[in-house]
Amino acid sequence: MIPTDRKYTREHDWVKIEDGVATLGITDHAQEALGDIVYVELPEIDAEIAIGDDYTTVESVKAASPVASPVAGKVIEVNEALDETPELLNEDAYGQFIAKIEVSEVDEANLLTAEEYEALLAEEE
Amino acid sequence: MRQSYKLIFERSHEGRRAYDLPALDVPAVDAIPANMKNEGKLDLPELGEVDLVRHYTNLSRRNFGVDNGFYPLGSCTMKYNPKINEEVCTLFEDMHPLLDEDMSQGALRLMYDLEGYLCEICGMDAFTLQPAAGAHGELTGLMHIRAYHEHRGDTARTTIIVPDAAHGTNPASAVMAGFKVKEIKSAPDGGVDLEALRAAVGPDTAGLMLTNPSTLGLFERNIKEIAKIVHEAGGLLYYDGANLNAIMGIVRPGDMGFDVMHINLHKTFSTPHGGGGPGSGPVGVKKHLIPFLPVPVLTERDGMIELDYDRPNTLGKVKNFYGNFGVIVRAFAYIRSLGGAGLKEASENAVLNANYIMNALRGVYDIAHDRICMHECVVTPTEDMMKNGVHTSDIAKALIDRGYHPPTIYFPLIVHEAMMIEPTESESRETLDEFIDAMKAIAVEAMEDPESVHACPKTTPIGRPDEVTAARKPVIRFVKE
Amino acid sequence: MKSYVPNTLEERREMLRTLGLDSMDQLFSDIPEDLRLHRELNLPAPMSEMELRELMMGYVLQNDEGGLLFRGAGSYRHYIPSVVPQLAARSEFYTAYTPYQAEMSQGMLQSIFEWQTVICNLTGMEASNASVYDGATAAAESLLMLRDSKRKNKVLYSAALNPDVITTMKTYAHCYGIELCEIPVDANGLTDLAAVEANLEGAAGIIAAQPNYYGCVENMDAIAELVHNAKGLLVAYVNPITLGLIKRPADYGADIAIGDGQTLGLPMNFGGPYVGFMAAGGKLVRNLPGRIVGETHDAEGGRAYVLTLQAREQHIRREKASSNICSNQMLCAIMSTIYACTMGPAGMREVAEQNVAKAHYLAEEIAKVPGMKLRYTTPFFNEFVVDTELPAEQINEELKEMGIVGGYILPDGGMLWCATEMNSKEDIDFLIDMLKNIVEGGEEA
Repeated sequence: MIPTDRKYTREHDWVKIEDGVATLGITDHAQEALGDIVYVELPEIDAEIAIGDDYTTVESVKAASPVASPVAGKVIEVNEALDETPELLNEDAYGQFIAKIEVSEVDEANLLTAEEYEALLAEEE
Repeated sequence: MRQSYKLIFERSHEGRRAYDLPALDVPAVDAIPANMKNEGKLDLPELGEVDLVRHYTNLSRRNFGVDNGFYPLGSCTMKYNPKINEEVCTLFEDMHPLLDEDMSQGALRLMYDLEGYLCEICGMDAFTLQPAAGAHGELTGLMHIRAYHEHRGDTARTTIIVPDAAHGTNPASAVMAGFKVKEIKSAPDGGVDLEALRAAVGPDTAGLMLTNPSTLGLFERNIKEIAKIVHEAGGLLYYDGANLNAIMGIVRPGDMGFDVMHINLHKTFSTPHGGGGPGSGPVGVKKHLIPFLPVPVLTERDGMIELDYDRPNTLGKVKNFYGNFGVIVRAFAYIRSLGGAGLKEASENAVLNANYIMNALRGVYDIAHDRICMHECVVTPTEDMMKNGVHTSDIAKALIDRGYHPPTIYFPLIVHEAMMIEPTESESRETLDEFIDAMKAIAVEAMEDPESVHACPKTTPIGRPDEVTAARKPVIRFVKE
Repeated sequence: MKSYVPNTLEERREMLRTLGLDSMDQLFSDIPEDLRLHRELNLPAPMSEMELRELMMGYVLQNDEGGLLFRGAGSYRHYIPSVVPQLAARSEFYTAYTPYQAEMSQGMLQSIFEWQTVICNLTGMEASNASVYDGATAAAESLLMLRDSKRKNKVLYSAALNPDVITTMKTYAHCYGIELCEIPVDANGLTDLAAVEANLEGAAGIIAAQPNYYGCVENMDAIAELVHNAKGLLVAYVNPITLGLIKRPADYGADIAIGDGQTLGLPMNFGGPYVGFMAAGGKLVRNLPGRIVGETHDAEGGRAYVLTLQAREQHIRREKASSNICSNQMLCAIMSTIYACTMGPAGMREVAEQNVAKAHYLAEEIAKVPGMKLRYTTPFFNEFVVDTELPAEQINEELKEMGIVGGYILPDGGMLWCATEMNSKEDIDFLIDMLKNIVEGGEEA
């Protein structure tokens, strides 16, 4: 269920780091909690993000959920398809990224493995 | 019942007109330079007067106000709006705001007198009538707090403490006033958690914003201790006047220890809410904040009311001119109609009506905090109803079909599935009884036929609208095909 | 004594009994005894409706408004067709509140959708909000839009904006921590373009008025070009009643159009309530503060209107909201919508042309009065500045005796005169005669 090719935060976001580039998204649990996603505020290309910065905000009709970045670095790509079709995150949270960041630092201590994240979900149930 | 309704733009026929002007009696001139001239034709509807009148008359029939029926929208104080006040406010309509002071003494005197009445009702030392709405009053009040600390050179006080039960405007206003927000959790009884407050205050505390009675409709019994904690930490106490309708003539914010506050004239003092405004949000302050009031300040000298702009420590201005004067006149008329005893009577009956409803709904719905409430009560669907798939939004829609405006729903945020019911004093006992019966009938329906509740509203021009599509693909103006 | 509580004393006692209480006082037992007000509020005695009417007339009689008005400076006397107040007096509109329950608020929601469309079509912009308090707060809110969309903390503003607008912006900017930079007025009464260019570095944009406070028609094309070359944004503060005749903000490339809708069907009302509007295009829509109404459909496919894009707002986003605004000026927005739809394209053009004609007639006639001179030769809409040899205060005092409200006196002693479609030639000629008399009398003295 929970992809094992990436890591997770306690705030229900995922991050996949390859060749110094972090790909960021939200988990299936996060999209389900939000409900119908109506807007994703994408960061600007070249924006400098620090660990803990809200790099995006995901909106449903009745909520706005800021998403904190577990990595620091420069935004190099955003998922522009979300601009027109934010519901992609509802349909495939693990298949759709939000942004890619050229990593200068990772908040390793606070990242969970798939197994640990699954345990967290079970705990929160 | 279902029936969509054309936009006024869709009723347009080229060449029709509803206006006329006298023939021009001076020479026409072509004075606007070519590069700044609008050579095109504005895209506005063209229709005859009768069609325009029918359009808006019929639109009004697709709307629901206090004059149509019971409107127990919590925190909004939807009391009756006296008709006489609608008439007397027009007496001042043609007054230009920049008339010389000796030409506008009546209007200035009226504002000056109202400021005095509000000081007496609230136990404050001065009022400004400038802010245009409650949230605008909050911002203005917080600007006083900021100016006060800045003036003392205490630049470390950058944080406003806000309970998690507060209206969303509180934290938003604090940020607009340039503060950081520290949210503190409420105690189990919905009041301020004194330990959390003690832990939150410090040398960075600029102030605390508090609604009392709280957004749960409960009086904050520890208010003296709260004031002491905040003041001893060097902060100021801000009173959100959204719920002032519970306490007129009974207890005053100034006597509770608040330094600065706002009033929603459109709530407590019966001015119509206008479908979302105009409101009016006067701000009251204690003596130590008077130097920072926005300009102009009304002062009396030799029997004349003057507009004083010469205030070296003023925070500036928060809108044009002096405030929403038309709203101010209505509130003035209301206060003069009722007098001190009448205002107290209004508050007492507002509180009586709320308790009457809460008491009657006990056992049918869950009561968030079951103790004597002030002017509003918060109830929730029972576990069984929710297990049956009926939630607060469904109950709200079912109320619509029974001819009521629903209560405020899903607020305060700290109560899951909240319904906040504020009946106000202007409702009769049988109106309350009928509403209670409707709530009980919906509770039965929720258990016996939840599908029927989900199908509500059935009597309205539209069914439940698709809010997701509205937000995903915003269409926010009419564009001709 | 007036009371709006319908229940009789006996009914109230019965209701208390259902609660197990025997006095109103017991309802307030949560309130500490020593905080309570153990006396009646010290307010004037209550009165009947008839007495109230007399009382209010007493206040009105303390006013001395004069008969003829030649003053604007931010509040304007225009003709308001009867349909405007009559329709706005439908109590289904005015006794409602914010349309949280869309199914029973379609009237208000559709009216506001129409307002948004009117504002978009008047300004040429793609999106409008459901109103803010007034023009001054629209300008203050636009500072946040500039800062947040450009991520820059410096904003230029023209000194030829209304002074209340400037003071309000400064008040807000101080709190926001935004650095405001004033662009002076040149010898022609216009925003100094050289100063704009010199100060644009690091600026998110500029706010300038059309027409400006002194009535002058600005060269907005030139301002737009300068600010866009520097990758900044142009906020155009416009008087909407000019837009049948003067270019719409979108036509000269304004990024945000704001202003005060008072001129569209709202009485002067001693300064309020008026209605602020804010319109923008593209991504800036997400930065608009306050309510926005959107079109959608219900389950059966019927057209429906709802409050939308709410995740920007304070009740959802709390301290991260784009603004704290909650109540706005909905009823005033409806009045302005009805006004604009009554006037239609032809009426909006004709009323603007009449304003220009009347103001120019007045200006030409005043310029013929000895000791009075137009300060600028720049094209103007319905206001202009006059310098006088006699002190302006003296002129206005003497005019007041004749029931005339003269031009607004500027801090530098100049007079800002205004004429609208409401000033007849006969009234203007009477004013001019009086001015000549005053000047002659002044010379004799």
